[in-house]
Amino acid sequence: MSTYTATTPQDLETMLAEIGVASIDELFAALPEGVRLGRPLDLPAGLPEQDVYAHLRELAERNVSAEDELTFLGAGMYDHYVPALIDMLMSRSEFLTPYTPYQPEISQGGLQVMFEYQTAISELTALPVSNASVYEGPSAVASAAYLAKLANGRRKVVVSRGVHPHSRETLLTYAHGYGAEVVEVGLKDGVTDAEAWAAAIDDDTGAVIFQQPNFLGAVEDAAALAEAAKGSSAVVVGAYDPIPLGILRPPGECGVDVAVGEGQPLGNRLDFGGPSFGFFAATEAYLRRMPGRIAGETTDVDGRRGFVLTLQTREQHIRREKATSNICTAQALNALAGVVYLAWLGRRGLVELGELLLQRTHYARERLTALDGVEALHDQPVVREFALSLDADVRRVIERCQDHGVNPGYALGDDYPEHPGGLLVALTEQRSRADIDRLADVLGAAVAAERTTAQVTA
Amino acid sequence: MSEALTTGASPLQREQAVTVFEKGAPGRRAFACPELDVPEADPAALLPAGLRRSEPARLPEISEPELVRHYVRLSKRNFDLDSGFYPLGSCTMKHNPRLHERVAALPGHARLHPLQDPDRAQGALELMWRLERSLSEIAGLPHVSLQPSAGSHGELAGVLLTRAYHEDRGETRHKVLTPDTAHGTNPATVTMAGYEVVKVGTNADGGVDIDDLRAKADEDVACLMLTNPNTLGIFDQNIEEIARIVHGVGATLYYDGANLNAVMGRSRPGDMGFDIVHFNLHKSFTQPHGGGGPGSGPIAVSDRMEPYLMKPVIRRVQGSNGHAPRFELDHDRPKSIGRLRGFQGNYGTFVRAYAYIRSLGAEGLQDASETAVLNANYLLARLRALVGAELPAAFGTLCMHEFVLSGAPMKKELGIRTLDLAKRLLDHGFHPPTVYFPLLVDEAMLIEPTETETKETLDAFAEAVAAIVAEAREDPAIARNAPYTTPVRRLDEAGAAKRPVIRQPL
Ligand SMILES: Cc1ncc(COP(=O)(O)O)c(C=O)c1O
Repeated sequence: MSTYTATTPQDLETMLAEIGVASIDELFAALPEGVRLGRPLDLPAGLPEQDVYAHLRELAERNVSAEDELTFLGAGMYDHYVPALIDMLMSRSEFLTPYTPYQPEISQGGLQVMFEYQTAISELTALPVSNASVYEGPSAVASAAYLAKLANGRRKVVVSRGVHPHSRETLLTYAHGYGAEVVEVGLKDGVTDAEAWAAAIDDDTGAVIFQQPNFLGAVEDAAALAEAAKGSSAVVVGAYDPIPLGILRPPGECGVDVAVGEGQPLGNRLDFGGPSFGFFAATEAYLRRMPGRIAGETTDVDGRRGFVLTLQTREQHIRREKATSNICTAQALNALAGVVYLAWLGRRGLVELGELLLQRTHYARERLTALDGVEALHDQPVVREFALSLDADVRRVIERCQDHGVNPGYALGDDYPEHPGGLLVALTEQRSRADIDRLADVLGAAVAAERTTAQVTA
Repeated sequence: MSEALTTGASPLQREQAVTVFEKGAPGRRAFACPELDVPEADPAALLPAGLRRSEPARLPEISEPELVRHYVRLSKRNFDLDSGFYPLGSCTMKHNPRLHERVAALPGHARLHPLQDPDRAQGALELMWRLERSLSEIAGLPHVSLQPSAGSHGELAGVLLTRAYHEDRGETRHKVLTPDTAHGTNPATVTMAGYEVVKVGTNADGGVDIDDLRAKADEDVACLMLTNPNTLGIFDQNIEEIARIVHGVGATLYYDGANLNAVMGRSRPGDMGFDIVHFNLHKSFTQPHGGGGPGSGPIAVSDRMEPYLMKPVIRRVQGSNGHAPRFELDHDRPKSIGRLRGFQGNYGTFVRAYAYIRSLGAEGLQDASETAVLNANYLLARLRALVGAELPAAFGTLCMHEFVLSGAPMKKELGIRTLDLAKRLLDHGFHPPTVYFPLLVDEAMLIEPTETETKETLDAFAEAVAAIVAEAREDPAIARNAPYTTPVRRLDEAGAAKRPVIRQPL
């Protein structure tokens, strides 16, 4: 018997008698002989709680986390500080353990959180419609393209090479299923090539997708990219990092129709990639084409204010094969962390954080590009992340830095073979000037050492 | 008893809902921004005006104590699994062990960056590899990808794998079969993956109508999606025949693993003939539901589907000279369907599921399924004894881990609907079962008690249902107007949809 079940021998006897069978085996009599396992599962025996804890701790200790090194890794997930109140709220039974709020009378807490979350995302993006979360960033991009396909039936999706490689790969996977063709537009000087972008948009184009800031950290001229699609029937999709939205012109003011993004930077842990949440916001025109849950305000029979899941005729449980998406379970708990984080930062805090990162990012770019063998990969404005070009083997430079307790960032070469020396460096409020100075020292030494080694072997 | 449950406004009801945007005051704050510690550059030079936001987002201005109180009070307006019985059919609301929260929060897991060099994330990759091996054994299928984020995401993976499989053989197929008992995500997935849905009927025993299946299974069918036991809680005894028919026309057989909790250690989808299985780690493997996620929907597949699995896959490389094995991420998969999301999946859910599997072991998992089936049958028997006439079982006398009752006789005789019964259960402190699903049963009520409930709880629930039925015999209006004791009472859902207010006007 596991410790999570509670049937005593006496219970078992009573229960079997009530059911009218002699044994548990009889309850499984419906299973044809040919599909019975007939042996125990080949898995290790169960362990007491303390042993499981020790085992899981041992596995954790074999990972080098952001606690163990000075990390400048970003590339889609960022080591922001998660305030303690979020841990406390996320571990409360009332938020942690319910299902999706199918019974609104006893789910007002969760439903109101969704409503507040939607409001916060609408504010952040300056778009009037937000759902209550989707899985995460890259699949949100692919889902936005599916929304476009349902809305206008055009088969071509134009995507900037500045969009996260995982988002582009996910888009390709989804698009192959529903039958869309994905056309990629390259980068020029670190941002989407405006001419190629405009040239790629035609009558067949159902969606155009860019990322802000783009994967190389550059701030795109979002309004110009959106403008290029005006006059076509294409849905303009922007994939946004939510943190810089404190200071960046919001998608709703740039002509963007659908803004999506990875919500992890908003109060969610790194968790080796998830769970986090994806946000999904749009103009009023797409309200009835949105994927996922949406909470709405209403009143009860006594006139009290309350909240329900609404506009459900979009969804799989009602519309089945005609649904706007197949999503069911999404990321409600992570979205809770998102709205609490935004409220915690507050109206001024989000701006202050954005300005701080802007200044520190500038400082870091100046410091690092002053090093021998290190150049900026582009000169575009950057707000929290920037790309360098190293005149040395990037992977080995990273290894050398890690040997000194510093993780300098993400090597771009695999995703961007055109930038074999590319290194993407990310900042959060947890990386101080002293940390940046240390990165400069360690990176400078690593690049120098690597160039010396390369010269000797050459 | 019923009187006590129909009286006056509770303290929670006296509290009007106020959102966080309506609290606080200008100038209040919870966040202290770190000092600017670098030489200040001209902000306008760093970010030109045309790219800048002109007005701050109108987020709340609120202090930390107010924030904590606001969300703690909101939490009290939720019912949750830790407070009471939650027999929501198809959702497997089993206990969420707190050990899992503790181990998932260890910094080595929680603060690990997903792009960390695999050599420096060996613990995480080993954990994932071990979880994959465990799920493989449980499913009876050799290969696993942990990437999908929930059940429906796993379904999409499975149907896209099916597409890749057929295309690789030079075939174009257009249809996917789903039974009329299928969950809504199945047909929705089929459309998203570019196929046409063809419905298959249900026979008198609650299983797939074999004649209908035979008639519809042809060379244009790519896949049959099935859950077994199905959403009626019935194990399809013809599963071997179904597999023969589906494989006979060259289609794949997909297992919706939402109902795996019925058969762990007793039977395996792979041995039933399924090619692809998704797991709901947030059902069978205790990932807490979080009020609507996060979930996790890993898939297990047969050899013939393996080349198409999502990228990357985890490889275990044997160490040489007595060195420990290493774990790698393999991206070099030319036939792969690609990615379904960023990074490696919902790792935090993997930590919890793996902890669960290690806690229970082979015997414990089997005990979990057996007890789930025992509890469901016991509750079915109790309800049959107490309210069998008003709420008969839709199919059969025994069930697997869940069962469906029909409220049709109750509606006819007592004038209360399944919905009314569900709402009245709220006053008794129970979460109602899943209602109006599956669609083919009139006034359906799908009840899944799970293995972690005691006999006392099952008895109390059955008695509450009986009390509501007895009460309705006296006065059906009580149930029709229920609930009475909840923070709000019945809500105007039609109005909400007609004039959607989906954000706070600011
Ligand atoms: C039978 C069945 N299939 C599929 C799903 C979808 O799973 P998820 O919500 O994880 O996407 C569910 C969940 O409710 C289900 O009950």
